[in-house]
Amino acid sequence: MSHAQKRDFEQPASFTFTPESMKEVDAVIAKYPKGYQASAVMPLLWIAQRQHDNWIPEKAMEEIARILDMPKIKVFEVATFYTMYNLAPVGKHHLQFCTTTPCWLRGSGEAVEACEKHLGIKLGETTPDGEFTLTDVECLGACVNAPVVQRNGDEFYEDLTPENVVQLLDDLKAGKKHPHGSQDGARHKSSGVEGATCLHEQAKSAGIKIAGEK
Amino acid sequence: MPKLTIDGMEITVEPGTSILQAAEQLGIEVPRFCYHDKLSVPANCRMCLVEAEKAPKLIASCAMPCADDMNISTKSDRVKAARQGVMEMLLINHPLDCPICDQGGECDLQDQAMAYGYDRSRYEEEKRAVKDKELGPLIKTVMTRCIHCTRCVRFGDEIAGVEEMGVIGRGEHLEIGTYIEQSITSELSGNLIDVCPVGALTSKPYAFTARPWELTKTESIDVLDGVGSNIRIDTRGGAVLRILPRLNEDVNEEWISDKTRFAWDGLKNQRLDRPYIKVNGRHQPATWEEAFTLIAEKIKKADKIGAVSGTLADCEAIIALKDLMDSIGSKQYECRQRVAQFDATVPAGWRFNTTIAGIEQADAILLVGTNPRTEAAIINARIRKTWLANRIKIGVIGPEMDLNYPVKYLGDTPSVLEELAAGKGAFAEVLKNAQNPMVVLGTGMLRRHDGMALQALVRKIAEKYNMVRDDWNGYNMLANSTGVMNGLELGFSGGDIHTILQSDVVYLLGADEMAVSEIGFNSFVIYQGHHGDAGAARADVILPGAAYTEKNATYVNTEGRPQHTRLAVFPPGDAREDWKIIRALSEVMGKTLPYNTLAEVRGRMAQQSPVFEKIGAVIPVEWAAFGKDGKCDPAPFVLPVTDFYQTDPITRASNVMKKCSAAFVQGASDKKAVVNG
Repeated sequence: MSHAQKRDFEQPASFTFTPESMKEVDAVIAKYPKGYQASAVMPLLWIAQRQHDNWIPEKAMEEIARILDMPKIKVFEVATFYTMYNLAPVGKHHLQFCTTTPCWLRGSGEAVEACEKHLGIKLGETTPDGEFTLTDVECLGACVNAPVVQRNGDEFYEDLTPENVVQLLDDLKAGKKHPHGSQDGARHKSSGVEGATCLHEQAKSAGIKIAGEK
Repeated sequence: MPKLTIDGMEITVEPGTSILQAAEQLGIEVPRFCYHDKLSVPANCRMCLVEAEKAPKLIASCAMPCADDMNISTKSDRVKAARQGVMEMLLINHPLDCPICDQGGECDLQDQAMAYGYDRSRYEEEKRAVKDKELGPLIKTVMTRCIHCTRCVRFGDEIAGVEEMGVIGRGEHLEIGTYIEQSITSELSGNLIDVCPVGALTSKPYAFTARPWELTKTESIDVLDGVGSNIRIDTRGGAVLRILPRLNEDVNEEWISDKTRFAWDGLKNQRLDRPYIKVNGRHQPATWEEAFTLIAEKIKKADKIGAVSGTLADCEAIIALKDLMDSIGSKQYECRQRVAQFDATVPAGWRFNTTIAGIEQADAILLVGTNPRTEAAIINARIRKTWLANRIKIGVIGPEMDLNYPVKYLGDTPSVLEELAAGKGAFAEVLKNAQNPMVVLGTGMLRRHDGMALQALVRKIAEKYNMVRDDWNGYNMLANSTGVMNGLELGFSGGDIHTILQSDVVYLLGADEMAVSEIGFNSFVIYQGHHGDAGAARADVILPGAAYTEKNATYVNTEGRPQHTRLAVFPPGDAREDWKIIRALSEVMGKTLPYNTLAEVRGRMAQQSPVFEKIGAVIPVEWAAFGKDGKCDPAPFVLPVTDFYQTDPITRASNVMKKCSAAFVQGASDKKAVVNG
């Protein structure tokens, strides 16, 4: 079902940017030449989404159209195009699983399945307690650490397995701190699993310190 | 000028011409879906791919400008395979419902699938379904058929000026839609049906009515506003089934307004199909002979005889009625049904002198007491087109209104005009600096009792700001009906409308818009026309005439361009062509008019006015002083057309137009009332 057709929730009656958000809005608009302020539509949608529980109500799109002096439909076009924007309410933790080929080859299917089983919901659904929403998205651009999940459009958790992803869910629910990035443990950021190999000897002999090594 | 070779033929084209256009000039057909002559080029359907020598990939010919020494092939095997691939792609999700689709038989997708596609499908997967959109009473949607060419979106953005449609979602979920289920509020929305290359947007009133190959097509013109849009009337078995636009770059390009397109159902309702005589307050059917004898008797006895022609009266009928009136010695005839005091003697004073195509040369426009969007939607589209291309300055003197380009409101009283004439005011500087400034007067403004003075005032403004030159005439009056233009060109004016309506005998030639209640209590009223409207209700004798689809007649548009309508269907019952009725009546009265054939009537028209010498062309008129200096009433201007969908007997009899009026005009004002609290 497309964003445009979801209708089983209530839209707020109004939307205004908070003074803090408005400061950001003004800063973004100032980046563009006069008359081209419509270019600021994507950052503004993002600011609105962050301000409003991680989703964008219709009134916010209308407000953005008004601020940027562009037709409402043009804001709507952008907002419906990107999976980054939520046009319906989502859980406190919006988990977007990459299911594109590299992640899929590395086991994103199993990771998603583990989550679905653990939470008792399917992709595209929200848990009854409003804690989690699971969605599948296309490539998140972190193929080197596949499979990957993105939380609330900001934080990446990488190298998922059915086991560590469940741990991630439990920690998020408990409000515990959970490290971003690779969940592998042995791996530093995107470096090789078996440690640094390429030009390693040369770097050592030149006395260059290698990140992640003692 | 680039010189290139397409399919072995050499051609030299204007710089900026696309390969597709160049191929078209050579008569080579290049299939396309998203490309449209009058719209911007998105190059998203990929159907027009061609092969260029030395280019690694195939080129979308609609978006690639011609360059020197290109060697293009539109028929190579690679091109053929690519087109088949594109066609196959488009058909993945397109339903195979041609037998129940109204576009069937005139569908670009159908035709091109036949010509450029495979003969079978390799897809066994399920097709997707898309929810239909609600676009109002005129446009039916079957969105599953949509191939996402975006022509409708671009038409809305560029031509109609209603940025309401857009492309929602992406990939598999992409669909054409409006912002959260809005209907389209444009008086040009019917053109969406024409621009849609498939059956996604079709005509709601015409739904499941006929197949294109069953229809008889008659090339004619529209008379429901002052534009004179060129149309094609599609008929079957004596009934008009639909009306489509015909290309005329000088008038309507290839658009028509919704009134032009959808008012045809009014041609079937409330028709006068036989003569009637009022007996004891009720209309009784009569024969032509009885009706004519009664009229002849009444006219013989009458002292004063007056005649009024209406919004849809054709030139042939008007000249016949004028000659008849002259022969009985009455000068009390008038084509301006409402009190319209303006100078009818100088054609330059009431024509759209700039011409419709000429608007594109203008760089500043002043609209005075007119809303072109409701009075002449096609002219409004031309103004918008010019604004879109050159961002020209447009000023408005009159009430605030919903125009689809930015304007500056200068005030709504004649005092603004006086300031402009004195070289003062906010817009004076704009007009002074403009190369080709133009001013447009609405007929609403001239309906006032100070019309003569206003006309003179605007003439002065035109002269002061150098709007009238050998190469440019920026003075325009926008007539909102062809009937008035016909009357003015033929000199069917000069009477006093109050005197006419108080005459012993009042002859109404399709006149329904004047104050019928002002007709004298004892006046004997003859109504000649095709619809039972206000005029017929008051009439003592009704003579049934033919509507514009039922006669070969001449109509002059607001530019002074005479054009012919052609008989597409016969008038119903006993109804006859209008000039023939008057000719027959003249014989009964013993004042036989000196013409027996259409050619002879037209010869008589050409004697009366040189405008009829060249059909379809505008003959520029000489500039002369018109109007009369005087004091202007400080009252604000009032617009002549308040409801775009209800302007004449045909539109008032049309159920479709009534629905539109309820949905767009009354619905909109209800909403406004709520907002204003």
